[in-house]
Amino acid sequence: MEDYIKDFLVETAEALAMLDNDLVRLESDPGDSQLISSIFRTLHTVKGTCGFLGLTKLGHVAHAGENVLGRMRDGTLVATPETVSVVLRCVDVIKVIVATIEMTGGEGTDDYTGLIAELDAVFRGSPPSATPAPLPQPQPQAQPEPPAYGDSDELQALFDATPGPEAVKAKPALPAAPIERREAATKASTAPATAAAVTADPTASAVKSAIAQPQREASLANQTIRVGIELLENLMTTVSELVLSRNQLLQLLRAEKDSPFAAPLQRLSMITSELQESVMKTRMQPIGNAWSTLPRIVRDLTRELGKKIELVMEGAETELDRQVLELIKDPLTHMVRNSADHGLEPSAERLAAGKPETGHIRLVACHEGGHIIIQVSDDGRGLDADRIRRKAVQSALASEDEVAAMSDASVFRFIMRAGFSTAATVTAVSGRGVGMDVVRANIERIGGTIDIASQPGRGATFTIKIPLTLAIVPALIVGCAGERFAVPQISVIELVRASGSGEHRIERISDAAVLRLREKLLPLVDLQSLLGLGARNDGDRTAAERLIIVTQVGASHFGIIVDHVYDTEEIVVKPVAPLLKGLGVYSGNTILGDGSVCMIIDPNGIVARVGRVDVAPDVAAADSRSKGQRSGAHRQRMLLVKAGIGLRKAIPLEMIARLEDIDIGEIRRADDGRLLVMYRDSLMPLVPATGDLAMREAGRQPVLVFTEGKVPQADDGSHLDRRPRQIGLLVDEIIDIVESDVAVEIDSSRPDIVGSAIIADEPTEVLNVAYHLQRADGRWFSPGSEAVSHQHAEATAS
Amino acid sequence: MSMSATLSHSDKSRELVTMQVAGQPFGIPVEFVRDVLGNQGISRIPLAPGAIAGSLNLRGRIVTVIDLQVALGRGRTLEPERAMNVVIDYNGELYSLLVDQVGDVLSVPRAAVEPLPNTIGAVWRTISEGVVKLEQDLVLVLVPAALLSAAVVANGVGLTQ
Repeated sequence: MEDYIKDFLVETAEALAMLDNDLVRLESDPGDSQLISSIFRTLHTVKGTCGFLGLTKLGHVAHAGENVLGRMRDGTLVATPETVSVVLRCVDVIKVIVATIEMTGGEGTDDYTGLIAELDAVFRGSPPSATPAPLPQPQPQAQPEPPAYGDSDELQALFDATPGPEAVKAKPALPAAPIERREAATKASTAPATAAAVTADPTASAVKSAIAQPQREASLANQTIRVGIELLENLMTTVSELVLSRNQLLQLLRAEKDSPFAAPLQRLSMITSELQESVMKTRMQPIGNAWSTLPRIVRDLTRELGKKIELVMEGAETELDRQVLELIKDPLTHMVRNSADHGLEPSAERLAAGKPETGHIRLVACHEGGHIIIQVSDDGRGLDADRIRRKAVQSALASEDEVAAMSDASVFRFIMRAGFSTAATVTAVSGRGVGMDVVRANIERIGGTIDIASQPGRGATFTIKIPLTLAIVPALIVGCAGERFAVPQISVIELVRASGSGEHRIERISDAAVLRLREKLLPLVDLQSLLGLGARNDGDRTAAERLIIVTQVGASHFGIIVDHVYDTEEIVVKPVAPLLKGLGVYSGNTILGDGSVCMIIDPNGIVARVGRVDVAPDVAAADSRSKGQRSGAHRQRMLLVKAGIGLRKAIPLEMIARLEDIDIGEIRRADDGRLLVMYRDSLMPLVPATGDLAMREAGRQPVLVFTEGKVPQADDGSHLDRRPRQIGLLVDEIIDIVESDVAVEIDSSRPDIVGSAIIADEPTEVLNVAYHLQRADGRWFSPGSEAVSHQHAEATAS
Repeated sequence: MSMSATLSHSDKSRELVTMQVAGQPFGIPVEFVRDVLGNQGISRIPLAPGAIAGSLNLRGRIVTVIDLQVALGRGRTLEPERAMNVVIDYNGELYSLLVDQVGDVLSVPRAAVEPLPNTIGAVWRTISEGVVKLEQDLVLVLVPAALLSAAVVANGVGLTQ
């Protein structure tokens, strides 16, 4: 593709993005002559360039749109929602054609004569009655035409005079333009100040726009320059390298006394730091860029849903890294759609509730430490906690007792589970129950969090907290078995020094390490054994001094045991080589100040590797929240059971669907040894809760029934296509249900338990339900076996 | 960019950078080779496949170091820091091959590359496109793409990890 076509495409794309918002603004303020001029000029430029480049189709569409704008500019047509809609469609078509050119190099074969006819109809139509006739009073102040207009006329003449490559085809449409414009110009001189009838102070605004416009344009054009992203990335790499060389030089300098290089090196060092900072700034973009499409979306929704909605955006200038910006764009759009569709009530309902007819959606962004906080709030009906509770029970995500016991805040989190929608009706906009879970997943993927607050009838607020940048992050450099690793600080909550004699020491339950931290048991993961760097010998296990990095992933907390913490460093995150993508525990790698390569530990990956930290996310979630807000300890309801010999076992009550007593005589043993029982019209597999569980000979045995949807899965989306399944977990005896502070300490050595905790003053092992479900899973519930899942679907439906 | 160079070479002759690993000479097409480095500090990558010895910093770019011995099923390079590194560029990513020695650049007629006899082990046959007969030596011509995928699957013969 020719370079000038590329330039045209880039420029046009930018101009079009602005057009959307300008038009939406125009709709609310139809008299803004400055705005009209700006839109007119954009379309005019597109059309003019098309003439040069021989893009006749695009030229025609832009021309027809320009005509309409021309009349608005002249004041003979007022921007109504209807006319603006037509122009917006015109802009959409221009976008489509531009995209087609970008992809194929040609304008495509679609026919747009219908749209052009529509635009022409608006253009030819008599001025709507809403517009008072132009006042025929001469106004010398407004006489001088704004220079931009004069220019555009000359340009126009030039465009028309220039025979384009397809001048013959282009001719029928183009000659009309100058005539129209001249007419318009004449009109303007007799009836000056186009907006006269509409704005309160016509002369002032017309004059102001005439003066302000060219100046603003000139200054903007001089202040920015377009630079390719690739160039910026290269610059970033080069600067990182410069920083490293600088660090090496400084290290050499430290060894030398009275070096003549000292002073110049200091200067070099300072300049390097400044350069690094500036280059990093070039990657930053105002969050407004991610919001730029929203006014148009909300405007279209307003018409589609028949609601009155005002979108308020604050802090659009807040800057964040363009990579992060790209990643939050879609989630934000989705949330605004959600607010418009579900959050805000229809006008009638709002009026009935004594609220203003127009609903508000507020988008606020601000910096907070190394993070950026984005809030999406509406003043709609708010989240209906009771309805979500009912829906949660219906979807078998929780039992009635459980939802009744949950706080509203935890109930709200259900809406971010896959497949959850409380919308009574599915609209074209939303309500299909896909979305909020994707939003949450996307935000968590970049190390962010999302919180929901809502007051019934007053609206809902979603608060997102995300890191400013993913490219350069502050990290702890830690040592483990002689190797160094970086741990991003965003996931680090605190550092605890543990030693044999001090306040904190690492204790063990069975083989797993735990730490008592402020009256809670914190599960610990030993980085050394996790990374396969060899086991510690028993002697130094508890005695030696260890450092524990208390980490938060999503909602669960755990500690990572390391040997040393060296330093904090701003690291430049580089992706790992494709060969290493599958490892999971690293989020990237970086080059440290001394020039050596260092892997960046991904706490999410550690959780995935350890596998079972997230088995009881609600325990930890509530725990972390209460910690953050200092609102007292969280208590979790646990079912205590006896199963096999050894410690008593516990299962979060929330996960269990039902408790049953099953007649031993009804249990059937399949050929391969699996236990099955007829339960609620379907065969349910049974598994013993422990390997050493003694089945009774006769009588009844207690069984805990699990429904699949209730057992949290590592990957939220993967089980969507399957029907909920049930398994029964055989235990010896149900002891009690207790409400207790639960801090599970992870045990990575045993798959059947999550770990241990002190529950009701007694050491207890928390069973890993996911493991047991998996164990029963096998052939019985393999996703491929259609017949079985059908049978199962019927069973659960009945 | 190097494609055209490759094509013009492949018309008549091939340029191979030669190296030795565990006594066996190898050649790698010169258009892949970016650099030859002496002793390098190599950072280990725990949990990585056995044939990946670690990573090193080449002027600000992170290079994944592949232990050719492991990839070839020949045990492990004992002192990776002292080995030579042949840095190759494959699909824009840099990889370094740990070798014992780096030799000259060899220019051989295209027709001189003969298929490997099928008595040679399967791994060797996948990573090599053929053999060049020299007076003293038989030089195996490596295929970088195949070598890299072999490095991932090589489960480290004789590894203790």
